[in-house]
Amino acid sequence: MATTATTHQTKWWSGGKSPFNVEYGKLMMWYFLMSDAFTFGAFLISYGSIRFSQNFWPDPNVVFNAFPGLGHKPLPLAFVSIMTFILIISSVTMVLAVHAGHNGNRKAVMKWIAWTIVGGLAFLSCQAWEWHHLITGEHAVLADGKIEIIGQTMTGNPWGQLADHNAMLTALNNSSNDVLATLVHESPLKPEFHDMTHKQLLGIPKDQLLGMINTAEMHVRSKGPIAFGGYFFGITGFHGFHVFSGVIINLVMLIMTYKGVFDRKGHYLMIEKAGLYWHFVDLVWVFVFLCFYLI
Amino acid sequence: MEHQQNVLLSEMTFQHHTEDAEFKRRVRKTTILLSVITVIELGIGLTIYTIHKGAHPNAYLVLAFKGMVCILTLAKAYYIVSVFMHLGDEIRNMIMTIVVPLMLFIWFIAAFIIDGNSYKNLRNEFDPHFKESTMPKKHGEEHTPAPEPGKQ
Repeated sequence: MATTATTHQTKWWSGGKSPFNVEYGKLMMWYFLMSDAFTFGAFLISYGSIRFSQNFWPDPNVVFNAFPGLGHKPLPLAFVSIMTFILIISSVTMVLAVHAGHNGNRKAVMKWIAWTIVGGLAFLSCQAWEWHHLITGEHAVLADGKIEIIGQTMTGNPWGQLADHNAMLTALNNSSNDVLATLVHESPLKPEFHDMTHKQLLGIPKDQLLGMINTAEMHVRSKGPIAFGGYFFGITGFHGFHVFSGVIINLVMLIMTYKGVFDRKGHYLMIEKAGLYWHFVDLVWVFVFLCFYLI
Repeated sequence: MEHQQNVLLSEMTFQHHTEDAEFKRRVRKTTILLSVITVIELGIGLTIYTIHKGAHPNAYLVLAFKGMVCILTLAKAYYIVSVFMHLGDEIRNMIMTIVVPLMLFIWFIAAFIIDGNSYKNLRNEFDPHFKESTMPKKHGEEHTPAPEPGKQ
């Protein structure tokens, strides 16, 4: 090893040391994350490919404009920006946990890992609410000459193009009493019928029900591309699963730190690896956020 | 604790040791940067929303804004990977084993987006039903004056 004296640069490949100066597990975590990036990339690119093959694609500002507790008020980007900031902040707390690990500060590691877990759980809760809202939401759409009430699912997309007004009027005539009753019940335009139950409304003859709907100000959309649901739930679900497993990993780290496993080992490299995974989850969200909510 | 690690892994020098003050400064700077970029992205998102709501949305303006958001997202990704994940502090060779394979994405994205687009053009040319049933109507042809959002 006399070579090191003649040159300022370390000879990383001359043997006796790790040429990448990285612990094996950490290097493998990097390669796993790279492969995972390709998995997510493939999903998102497939979504992009399908989206470019369509003449029409739903406007995200129309699809994702709800906020918990604020009813039908259109608030595009509001809720998802909260989710984004939750992940950014939990990423910062993870950086702090890793740094505390460098200093061998067990208490600080536990504190920051705990906050990271809280952030992860908050994000998952937000996602659960968003999914629930999309799936159970009732939207009137014009399909096959009648009005249907559907939510955003894997098989139906209520975010198509705005339907022609006359076509909507004809479709209302062709629709079932059940659908009309729901429309009367849900309509924010005529609140005087809100006290009536769905069952009571069903007892009313069809022509009267039609008269109870404020057709002048009603807009319906046709059905949108079905692929939207599969891609949205598939990709955000896969990302949510990563968040979930990240939370589990962080929980294990918290328990191991608490039990003093890393103090006995003498290093907190395990926290670094969990940290890499967690940051990757944040990184993927940045792209999911871009592809589904922003553009 | 620090010396303990060095003893344990004597032939390796894993630690990227950063001073506490320097570390705090860097993390604070990156957090602010990520937040500011996100706020700008949200601003652009709302701008696109208002453009869409207007009477005559300018498709090229929307496209330009979407391109800006993409660039900002790449900047965010760079900061997360380089600072939070400390890839920027690793040895160049190691960085390259991660970054070079990711170059595949350049082809990956371009090829599949172009393919999707070409499929759309082919169908519009040869499948009149597809074109008829999915092509968005031009503004003014629509019966309903202003597009709703949130009425339903």
